[in-house]
Amino acid sequence: MDKKLKSAEKRSISYAKWGYIFIIPFFVVYAIFTLYPQILTIYNSFFEYYRDGLNIIGPNFVGFGNYAKLFSTNMSGFIPIIKYTGNTIILWIMGAVPQFVVAMLLALFFTSTRLNIKGQQFFKTVIYMPNLIMASAFSMLFFAMFSKVGPVNQIILASGWADQAIDFLAMKVTVRSLIALMNFLMWFGNTTILLMAGIQGIDESLFESARLDGSSSTQVFLHITMPLLMPIFIYVFITSMIGGIQMFDVPQVLTNGIGTPNNTSMTLIMYLNTFLGISKNYGMAGAVSVLLFILTAILSTFVFKTISKK
Amino acid sequence: MKKDINKTAAIKLFISRVVVYGILIFLTFLCLFFFYLMFINASRSNAQLQAGFTLIPGGNTLKNLINAWHDTNISIPIGMKNSFIVAALSSILTSYFSALTAYGTYVYDFKYKKAVHLFILAIMMIPSQVSAVGFIQLAFKYHLTNKLWMLIIPSIAAPATYFYMRQYLEATLPLEMVEAARIDGSNEFRIFNEIVLPIMKPAIAVQMIFSFVGSWNNYFMPSLLLNDLQKKTVPVMIATLRSADFTKFDMGKVYMLMVMAILPVMIIYVILSKSIIKGVTSGSVKG
Repeated sequence: MDKKLKSAEKRSISYAKWGYIFIIPFFVVYAIFTLYPQILTIYNSFFEYYRDGLNIIGPNFVGFGNYAKLFSTNMSGFIPIIKYTGNTIILWIMGAVPQFVVAMLLALFFTSTRLNIKGQQFFKTVIYMPNLIMASAFSMLFFAMFSKVGPVNQIILASGWADQAIDFLAMKVTVRSLIALMNFLMWFGNTTILLMAGIQGIDESLFESARLDGSSSTQVFLHITMPLLMPIFIYVFITSMIGGIQMFDVPQVLTNGIGTPNNTSMTLIMYLNTFLGISKNYGMAGAVSVLLFILTAILSTFVFKTISKK
Repeated sequence: MKKDINKTAAIKLFISRVVVYGILIFLTFLCLFFFYLMFINASRSNAQLQAGFTLIPGGNTLKNLINAWHDTNISIPIGMKNSFIVAALSSILTSYFSALTAYGTYVYDFKYKKAVHLFILAIMMIPSQVSAVGFIQLAFKYHLTNKLWMLIIPSIAAPATYFYMRQYLEATLPLEMVEAARIDGSNEFRIFNEIVLPIMKPAIAVQMIFSFVGSWNNYFMPSLLLNDLQKKTVPVMIATLRSADFTKFDMGKVYMLMVMAILPVMIIYVILSKSIIKGVTSGSVKG
């Protein structure tokens, strides 16, 4: 073993430079298109720097001024970053809770030898499909379906459930529910497949011996499946949270970027997006980005621990 | 006595099967219903759509298709062409260079090998939106908006694809094979291109599909970067549909435009669903 290791080290000396050569493209592109813009973003966040009509204001150094602005009450009477973080979390939870409950159930159904579900490939194919659909088009589709003159209202009127068309896009509850429904549909299949793979990775003999001991399926789930699935469950859960923070396409297109009604469906990235439009407010956008970065960095450490431990 | 227990167990199993299949069928319906309705509505004329709801196709598919294709405010053929260029080139670059980088940190022993690997894993979860401000600022400063390559080249550095390729290499590439090739006198680039790449074909195929789909669907960055109609990609065009005055539209055409945005990926999925679903699990943590 030792000898082998030594000879490997010797070889490595002559080939080491190829290691560097092969990773150069990755790092050059990363430095130019991601790292440098990221540093610039952080730098911007300390400056007043935006466009007002044809004039460019700044860059003037303002320290933490942009951050203070994010955390102070605005003209509409709320603290923007708190409100939009809250919206993002609520929208994520509304989609993620059914997503994980349904995915967990389906994963258990599909792996149960007792139930022996037929047509698994078909069901998996169907439930994963929405994940690949263009989110902006999916959202546009929902907008058309649930608009005042859309098919859903046509059904409601024809069946006499309501006397007049329901404006789904004007009410907080319905807008949020539609966003949650879309996110649920897009992600529960993906979660099912990942959790299923996790359950299949558990040693079959553990289930076997539990069954012989006369454990009920609830006991097996609580004392064998869940504890052993935990690392994967946490990984999937946290990646879902990170995805939730990035929620953009669906609410952006559904509400035309304004988070109707009254900013109750405006997410963090939508807020960031408002600064990158005509106003090109690099200062405020930078501050929002830095907060997003901190938020994802905290969550990512958990994921990092899972994947880097071998 | 024992027979009774068996009987109740059988009834219990039957009931749970019925419930489970019921749930599965309901979810299948939920996943397909909206898309089914989209296809139906894309086949109906505006007047038919105003008149009411139906589950039966109308006879207007071809007309809607022609109208959608020739709409000068949207220019969907240009959008599809742009999207295809970006998606195809991104998927080639991202899979090739991720494989190359993964090979670099896996096969060669160099001083910072471990640090490089951990660094890439660490940046994997940072969302691209976080660097968007600086990216957009630079794009405007150097007049690089409306350039499609600005969406293509960054895909060379794809940490998640790297991670996938690296795991694949660890599982499939015997280092002896590389050494045997060296003894044969091949240089390092040729070993990678002619021996390692063919071994990685399944992994590259999966990543190319995911990258193509991801890029085809990508909305955030293109919407900030592209404002010239000749350069817009499909998602950006679909979003402009939403911001225009909705009531004035020929709705049959609008549904058809959505079909055109979604259908290419659906076709890919129908053909390759088996390997795509397999790819979902192999890309994440191992159990």
